[in-house]
Amino acid sequence: MIRVQREDFDIGIELSALTRGKTGIGGVASFVGLMRDVADGTPIHAMTLEHYPGMTERELQRIELEAQQRWPLLASLIVHRYGRLEPGDRIVLVATASAHRAAAFESCEFLMDYLKTKAPFWKQEETPDGPRWVAAAATDDLAASRWRKD
Amino acid sequence: MKLLYFAHLRAKIGIAEEQLDPPPGVGDVSALIEWLKRRNTRFAEALREPRALRVAVNQTYVGWHHPLKPGDEVAIFPPVTGG
Repeated sequence: MIRVQREDFDIGIELSALTRGKTGIGGVASFVGLMRDVADGTPIHAMTLEHYPGMTERELQRIELEAQQRWPLLASLIVHRYGRLEPGDRIVLVATASAHRAAAFESCEFLMDYLKTKAPFWKQEETPDGPRWVAAAATDDLAASRWRKD
Repeated sequence: MKLLYFAHLRAKIGIAEEQLDPPPGVGDVSALIEWLKRRNTRFAEALREPRALRVAVNQTYVGWHHPLKPGDEVAIFPPVTGG
């Protein structure tokens, strides 16, 4: 399941709901992305996440489907926020559940790597010198490229 | 045709979306970008570096030579930075 929302989320509630009634699950891997108060040595007061309503949801669904096809997952969840966030705020939650841990760990990392390079979100940071758009990181492309099968 | 611009492209161009009917010769993404660049200096500047652009047609990523048809929703945006 995927959700794109302005509101915060509760990790405990999300993980409980994800696994409820699915007693074949042996493990859940999760990743929570938080907003940092510094980037490249510059203090960041806040950040605004912009997205493309419609396409963002479609891309997240596509990425989730790919994970489900590549690993034997019994449940999966992506929750991504948009709007204005402050340091310490939660940005994203990715959780994957499977009978054994390897599939959960690997697919969780895959989802984060793909999400960062494919899902239409853009960050604008508020710095002491004014707003600035975050540039895409080459290291994110590299992280995503290791999952390519060709 | 509906055009959408996001993030710093939207800021540079000055609008988030518009309805446009490009001339008949504009048959694919590449031709659309070139035509947009000729509209004014803001477009020329925002779309100057093709490698820094991503394009989606009807909410799916497409390549430079993807064909366009009337009624398409075309989004142009910089590389994404979510997560």
